[in-house]
Amino acid sequence: MVKILKDSYSVWWADLRILKSLWQRFLITSLTSPVLYLLAFGFGLGRGIEIGGVSYIEFVIPGIIALTAMNASFNGAGMKLNVDRLFYKCFDELLMSPISSLSIILGKSLIGVLRGLMVSSAFLAIGLAISSTRITPLFGLTLLLTCFTFSFMGVLAALLAKSHQDMATFSSLILTPMTFLGGTFFSLRDLPGWLKMILHLMPLVHSSRCLRAEALGRSFPWASFLVLLAFGIAFFLVCLSVLKRSSV
Amino acid sequence: MIVTRNLTKVYGDIRAVEDLNLEVRPGEIFGFLGPNGAGKTTTIRILTTLTKPTSGNAWIGGFDVVSQPQEVKKMFGVVQQHLSLDRELTVWEVMELHARLHGLGSRERRKRIAELLDYVGLAKQAERRIGELSGGMKRRVMVARALIHHPRLLLLDEPTVGLDAQARRRIWELIRRLNSEGATIFLTTHYIEEAEALCHRVGIIHRGRLIALGSPLELRLRLGLAAVETLLDDRVHYRYFPSKEEATAYVQSLPPEVKMIVVRDSNLEDVFVELTGRKVEDGEDTEG
Ligand SMILES: Nc1ncnc2c1ncn2[C@@H]1O[C@H](COP(=O)(O)OP(=O)(O)OP(=O)(O)O)[C@@H](O)[C@H]1O
Ligand SMILES: [Mg+2]
Repeated sequence: MVKILKDSYSVWWADLRILKSLWQRFLITSLTSPVLYLLAFGFGLGRGIEIGGVSYIEFVIPGIIALTAMNASFNGAGMKLNVDRLFYKCFDELLMSPISSLSIILGKSLIGVLRGLMVSSAFLAIGLAISSTRITPLFGLTLLLTCFTFSFMGVLAALLAKSHQDMATFSSLILTPMTFLGGTFFSLRDLPGWLKMILHLMPLVHSSRCLRAEALGRSFPWASFLVLLAFGIAFFLVCLSVLKRSSV
Repeated sequence: MIVTRNLTKVYGDIRAVEDLNLEVRPGEIFGFLGPNGAGKTTTIRILTTLTKPTSGNAWIGGFDVVSQPQEVKKMFGVVQQHLSLDRELTVWEVMELHARLHGLGSRERRKRIAELLDYVGLAKQAERRIGELSGGMKRRVMVARALIHHPRLLLLDEPTVGLDAQARRRIWELIRRLNSEGATIFLTTHYIEEAEALCHRVGIIHRGRLIALGSPLELRLRLGLAAVETLLDDRVHYRYFPSKEEATAYVQSLPPEVKMIVVRDSNLEDVFVELTGRKVEDGEDTEG
């Protein structure tokens, strides 16, 4: 167990070194789109609108936090691994080191988790300044789980990708629909039943629900939390099995 | 140190490695010589656990590469044919990552990395990013990295490909030095001079099959140590003789219409051509 964690840290360490040299640029570029969403939807479109008794801006901020965590985690873990595997080819070096597959998956996800937490916390700070969003321990826990879940998803995509193009395809087929339909910008409550059911297959929906409930002081949707957890565990397990079968 | 038994790897209908039976002895420099596509890299990938064999077995230091990968991974250091470096890291960071992965403690790490960078002549480049280095420097980083955990076996896949003559000699020197300090070396090459200059024993691989095995001298002895090239009807003809004297006697017996006569020492290229009917550096050589 100690060895697994230590080896995961070693894998993480290299990506941390890289992040250290460009974290400011990373923060600024990753905050651009959530801030634009906030301006366009929060202030522009949503001014004067109320949803379920709260102003639209209060409604949309926790959603954008979930969205931001998703994108930063997925890309933070997935893009680097994709480059490591297909372009630098240095992922082979990890595979030839005496460390377990578990450590490789965990280590390669942690950079996504960190990046996700960095950007979403920075956005949260903006949110706190302009709204009465509440942060609670459960809020923090959900955010952490969101980052892990989407980091594992990023690692999985990168392990399956056969080219850089594959990563982009994955992004536009999976992440883009979640961005616009994942419960960030509007409430799913009044949608027709069949559509609601389909949308609930998206992990982001559950993450937004949990974060929003905590931020607005409503009762916590434990079922959604468990679904998000199940997604995270599933992505992780599939990563492991893909890695174990990957040697051709 | 390395043993393979009927090792076979099939990709679709390409037999990349076929029934390979090989034994690399502790302490030797063993060269795997073959043209492009012969199956050299595939063999190294199987030995380093990156690829699973279709059938057959391979052991490193007595450990099975398929069923005991973790033990095997501790035994070898490898320099792959392609660059495999994170270009965003510095030279020192690349070394440190590898040292961490092999469980070296922080004091040992610092000492070992400094020592190795010195060894490959890169001490001054330690803080530079990989992306800024020349090809030869990158290759030396890879060699230094492969050595970090004091491996008893070093696997080198075309260690000098693409390097200029000087850089190549530098790597050769390094290989000899490592070998004299006790490391077993398994290297692949398609350079005849490299195999002749470095290797105690050479295995010639062609279309996935081992077609000859022995020291460079043994292999040449089978053919004859002296070669005669003659030009007749616009074609070069080769004949081999046990000694220069016999070769010279043959030349003197030739009729006057035979032109452009060269008498020289035979080499591994001749061995290869005689065995396969083609040249080692003749490019792509897939089956069929
Ligand atoms: N992943 C793969 N999928 C399909 N075929 C492959 C794969 N890897 C190698 N091959 C085929 O196996 C054969 C042996 O390739 P290998 O890379 O082992 O040759 P090599 O001796 O290293 O050649 P080179 O000198 O060019 O490096 C080739 O015909 C190659 O096309
Ligand atoms: Mg090769």
